[in-house]
Amino acid sequence: MPALAELESNYLEAKRDRGFQRELEYYLREYVGRPTPLYLAERLTKRLGGARIYLKREDLCHTGAHKINNSMGQVLLTRRMGKKRIIAETGAGQHGVATATSAAMFGLECEIYMGTEDMERQALNVFRMRMLGAKVIPVDTGSRTLKDAINEAMRDWTTNVRTTHYILGSVLGAHPYPMMIRDFQSIIGMEAKRQIMRLEKRMPDCLVACVGGGSNAMGLFYPFVNEKNVRMIGVEAGGLGIESGKHAARFAAGSIGVLHGTMTYLLQDEDGQISPTHSVSAGLDYPAVGPEHSYYRDLGRMEYAYATDDEAISAFDLLCREEGIMPALESAHAIAHLVKLAPTFGKDKIIIVNLSGRGDKDVNQVARIKGVAL
Amino acid sequence: MINRIDKTFKMLRSRGEPALIPYIMAGDPNLEKTGELVIEMAGQGADVIELGVPFSDPIADGPTIQKASERALKGMASLSKILTLVADLRRQVQIPIVLMTYYNPVLRYGVSRFVEEAVTSGVDGLIIPDLPPEEGQDLISYSKRLNLDIILLLAPTSTNERMKKISHASSGFIYYVSMTGITGARLDDIEDVRRKIDEIRGYTKKPISVGFGISDPVQAANIARFADGVIVGSAIVRKIEETGDDPILTKNVGEFVQSLKRGMTT
Repeated sequence: MPALAELESNYLEAKRDRGFQRELEYYLREYVGRPTPLYLAERLTKRLGGARIYLKREDLCHTGAHKINNSMGQVLLTRRMGKKRIIAETGAGQHGVATATSAAMFGLECEIYMGTEDMERQALNVFRMRMLGAKVIPVDTGSRTLKDAINEAMRDWTTNVRTTHYILGSVLGAHPYPMMIRDFQSIIGMEAKRQIMRLEKRMPDCLVACVGGGSNAMGLFYPFVNEKNVRMIGVEAGGLGIESGKHAARFAAGSIGVLHGTMTYLLQDEDGQISPTHSVSAGLDYPAVGPEHSYYRDLGRMEYAYATDDEAISAFDLLCREEGIMPALESAHAIAHLVKLAPTFGKDKIIIVNLSGRGDKDVNQVARIKGVAL
Repeated sequence: MINRIDKTFKMLRSRGEPALIPYIMAGDPNLEKTGELVIEMAGQGADVIELGVPFSDPIADGPTIQKASERALKGMASLSKILTLVADLRRQVQIPIVLMTYYNPVLRYGVSRFVEEAVTSGVDGLIIPDLPPEEGQDLISYSKRLNLDIILLLAPTSTNERMKKISHASSGFIYYVSMTGITGARLDDIEDVRRKIDEIRGYTKKPISVGFGISDPVQAANIARFADGVIVGSAIVRKIEETGDDPILTKNVGEFVQSLKRGMTT
């Protein structure tokens, strides 16, 4: 609790500090490469035959995903707090790579917790983190995925709280994390809003983003919350299908509970034990969802759907072929839902999809799924 | 109404004796054995028993208790079975029993249903490490009404304001976590612990028990010089892990508990 209170007051101070905001803007522009384009996907639009489709190209950020928006913000905050050591958890490895990158740039010691199952699925990112000077600590407990990596990172933070800042990677965990990470990721939606106004002179009709913890979705959605006519749809991992029980669709099949310091929808059994999850995408393979998503879902402001592993793989292929863009398997879930959604919209409608990351990290796994030896 | 925990600390205080509070994971290696272990420990010098409720994601616990939790879950232990076990035990022992559980199983069970059934089963107190008092007002006030103690935690990083607040809100005793970290880690600086306990005593007359990192009779004895209670968990759980479901387990654990208590009282 004292650590969370300290973090909250430091963050709120930084948020009000123009100097801090200018510094963050500088690094996001010159180092991360913001603003990212809002790209009209013409061939995909034609192929699906409905709404005009724009892709918010977070895949073009330095390190290949939106994760660095948050890592950069929290690394600057770490420096401000005078802490020298950073820890983080990672699922797909994108948050780990982004954090290792930001830490390397500022010369901070960095250790990343990662489930051994994820280390296998995302071997390339493990190597990237090590190249960047981070220590990757394998987590071999529980389901050996993101959830267990968070457990271990929290244990580390409890132990080394005086010297260490824990850079949580999604809008999860105890306050102030969900709020702070939402704020750092809101740059996505703020840019998209400006860009669509310039390109189309009006608000979009619908936003679509994949939801693991939910940081890329919240980053895109949040600046549009007060635009009453903009629908927002988060897409969860349907895994092998809801009936199979092997998925990570918290809204489709979960119930309210408490995990990692937050009350939210999660997958649990009748005794309140957290259920194992499954997804082809390591970044969506987590049993709880960011609490603010639960809040807006219950308010009816945000909607949630899911896409299965197979649908995500098809969407991965589709985007490669139609647009020459290889999406991360996480983002492919958003595209998979778009495939169903866009044709139900008129041609005068506009959908923005958050392309949260690029798929280079997933090439090995996709090849394996397709039975191709590299 | 004075409950078993208050009565025990009062009695020990009058004898100038610190409380020994062993922790075991309920259902490890199985619930029947847990029952036997409780009775044995009560007979060998334990003053309060802390029973762990297994949880899939025990973030305050080190590897030893995590593994115990996994074993217990594999054996299908659950909150309701543990309450039944306590109710059965109450026909044989009157030692205070405290449940250490993470919040989600309680929430799932239903907070008021859980508090009521805990009381009727003969549970005397609860430790919920992932429920800060700010978030647990309903549970805390309902428990207090039914005379079920809510034991709150303080840590080396706790501020003065926090010490004041927790000292006031905690009932039964105050659980001082000896170091920043998780269960089963090594406790190096006992002087630090003593200093912090002195500070907490500035805020309260309630008993203060120390846990985390206390693994042998010498350490237990050193802590017992200034604390009202000594909690030993991982060291006992490790013995259970090593011996497993073997007839000799109960005797082994009993002897260890006896050696801890002997160290603390001489």
